[in-house]
Amino acid sequence: MLLHFALPLGSVVSSFSDAIDFILHPQPAQTGGTEVGGFGYIWPFLRTHLEVSGLALAGSLAVSLPVGLWLGHRGRGEFFAVALGNAGRALPELALIAFLAAFIGVGLRNVTIALMVLGIPPILTNTFVAVRQVDPDAVQAARGMGMRGAQVLARVELPLAASTIMSGVRTAAINIVATATIAPLAGVSTLGEFILGRDVYGTDGVLAGAILVALLALIVELTLAGLQWLLTPRGLALQRTRAAA
Amino acid sequence: MTLLAVKLTPLLPMAQLGQSFYHNRQHPDCVQSNGAFCVGWAVDNFHNYVGPALKQVMIVSISVAVGFVIAMGLALLSHRYGKLVPPLTGFTGILYTVPSLAFFALLIPITGFGTETAVIALSAYTLQIIYRNIVAGLNNVPAGAKDAGQGMGMTRRQLLWGVELPLAVPEIIAGLRVATVSTVALATLAFFAGAGGLGEKIYTQLTFKTNILLAGGLAMLMAIVFDGLLVAAGRLVTPWRRDRAAVILGGLRRLRRSA
Repeated sequence: MLLHFALPLGSVVSSFSDAIDFILHPQPAQTGGTEVGGFGYIWPFLRTHLEVSGLALAGSLAVSLPVGLWLGHRGRGEFFAVALGNAGRALPELALIAFLAAFIGVGLRNVTIALMVLGIPPILTNTFVAVRQVDPDAVQAARGMGMRGAQVLARVELPLAASTIMSGVRTAAINIVATATIAPLAGVSTLGEFILGRDVYGTDGVLAGAILVALLALIVELTLAGLQWLLTPRGLALQRTRAAA
Repeated sequence: MTLLAVKLTPLLPMAQLGQSFYHNRQHPDCVQSNGAFCVGWAVDNFHNYVGPALKQVMIVSISVAVGFVIAMGLALLSHRYGKLVPPLTGFTGILYTVPSLAFFALLIPITGFGTETAVIALSAYTLQIIYRNIVAGLNNVPAGAKDAGQGMGMTRRQLLWGVELPLAVPEIIAGLRVATVSTVALATLAFFAGAGGLGEKIYTQLTFKTNILLAGGLAMLMAIVFDGLLVAAGRLVTPWRRDRAAVILGGLRRLRRSA
């Protein structure tokens, strides 16, 4: 086993350096003719990837945040919220994209809708659970201070739920960025184009695409993790540290 | 012998045309117009989906099993040495972030093209959720139960295996369920690493609606069956919870009767 991994070390290093070369410098395509690779060539694909992911995430938020907040605030629809989260997880991404391409049609708008289908369940479920989990004493105190339903939601429940909601947003964002990788199958040229286009871009292109997609996902994840940290109320963070200690 | 050859000859061209043509001829309208779901075609070609489906069951089972063993090891280590929790959570979280298609492509130069590569990537994905749930399950064991065990003179190891782990089973099972269901979905991309599975069926006829619904439906069904099996397994290994549920139900019934 050790030998098996140790043997191709040289070829592994050269594969990865060739892939980085593909990202940095243009080179002739496998099919001949045009030049592929280089940052100027890759940029439009990266921009499309970001565009479709951003649109889908924004759309998922616009749908699932109000619904999740309202259901959580009213304490209704627990079965719906939880079942939706579970069903969303079982949905095979490839089947979803293929279904969309075959039944609805290809293109940016349709892929955005498909990605929203993946983004909505984690945000909705987490929002619901987060609002339900808010300390009932805090809600009681807010009501005792004379706050109305909408005020309680906006000024007590939402801030206290923000951290859990954000972890749902993170899951949704990762799912969306990951699935946008197979969007070329539905006619949207994201970074997945390189991973799926071995015939044109060669193994260097495939690996280059994989490196870029992995980096993009990590950057998105770290950015959102930072945002989550910023959105967590200080009191809540202190309370948790004290509980853990 | 000659008689047999004569009988077989007219059949040969049809065999050479291949099975898909033969089946398409039987359901020409639906298949040619790419109808929403060609039931006849699906019934006749169902056997072609059994092999890939079973392959996917195998990939998922092995990946989750490997992930579970590793996650359990990491969780037990960090249960003993609490400082390991943040770095291990971060590390498994990073593994989880890498999109599956990219993960497969990154592994191919290292581990080659094949089932192995798919299993490595998929089991890496299961680590985060299983690890997090085992750690949380062990942390949520009531202090009273641990105190009682210590009072009975249990050693640290006896306490872990006899008290803490059994009480953590529900949360461990919950983690396994999430991990398994997502692995079934992710394994539809395993064909890209050369591991076959239902994704390969989807990919080879990407525009044929019946094929997509059949393969995608089988994958979702697989997720549901796996989930059900894990729920059943969870009930089997925690008989005391069933008793408690019975006690609570009995109590409720008595309350209702007295009311």
